[in-house]
Amino acid sequence: MEVRVEETPFDPGAETNAFLARSASAGGAVTFTGLVRSGRDEPVSTLTLECYRDLALNQIGEIVAQAIERFALLDATVIHRFGTLRPGEPIVQVMTLAPHRQAAFSAAEFLMDYLKTDSPFWKKETAPGGKEHWVEARAEDDAARARWQQGQK
Amino acid sequence: MRILYFASLRERLNKGEEEVTPPTSVATVSDLMDWLAANDEATALAFERRDVIRTAVDARIVGPAAPVRNAAVVAFFPPMTGG
Repeated sequence: MEVRVEETPFDPGAETNAFLARSASAGGAVTFTGLVRSGRDEPVSTLTLECYRDLALNQIGEIVAQAIERFALLDATVIHRFGTLRPGEPIVQVMTLAPHRQAAFSAAEFLMDYLKTDSPFWKKETAPGGKEHWVEARAEDDAARARWQQGQK
Repeated sequence: MRILYFASLRERLNKGEEEVTPPTSVATVSDLMDWLAANDEATALAFERRDVIRTAVDARIVGPAAPVRNAAVVAFFPPMTGG
């Protein structure tokens, strides 16, 4: 497994290729890439992610270890950026590798649900006019994480 | 002991970290929050709603009853918005 928390941009395609190149005997790999969003109703000029890096490495390491055990993954990688990003830039990439596709899909979703609520990043959006606000934690994200604990999946 | 503050909490307190020496009576995270609040008005206000403050001791997430006497770094922060 690999966990990276870094300020420098990453190339999603190159990361996927490197992950696949390591996956000699597996059946299926899933890549999820989260990008900075900017909607018509809520345009964003930049998104700044603050991070507690030591805690992020511990938390994400634990989440990935849990995912590997729960879904019997052969490998998993999480890359998470911090710093100031523009719309369309990759924030996070999750890659999972399993003998069959369902485990790879489920594990990617599990990892993202846990990253939302349990990894120490805080997002501040800056609108085109310069107005800033901290993104609030969402109840939907707590609910998405909770369903993994209730055995609904 | 080093105290870290992140995100909106850091902005509210206008500091990202500070070095403190709590008295030996401060045994838990909850005690530490009481002590920090008693010594600083801005902290008292920021710590008013404890249900929206998360804590880590030495880069591990803990609850209010966690011990802090041997901690090197205690961090306070709002709910996380990763991913």
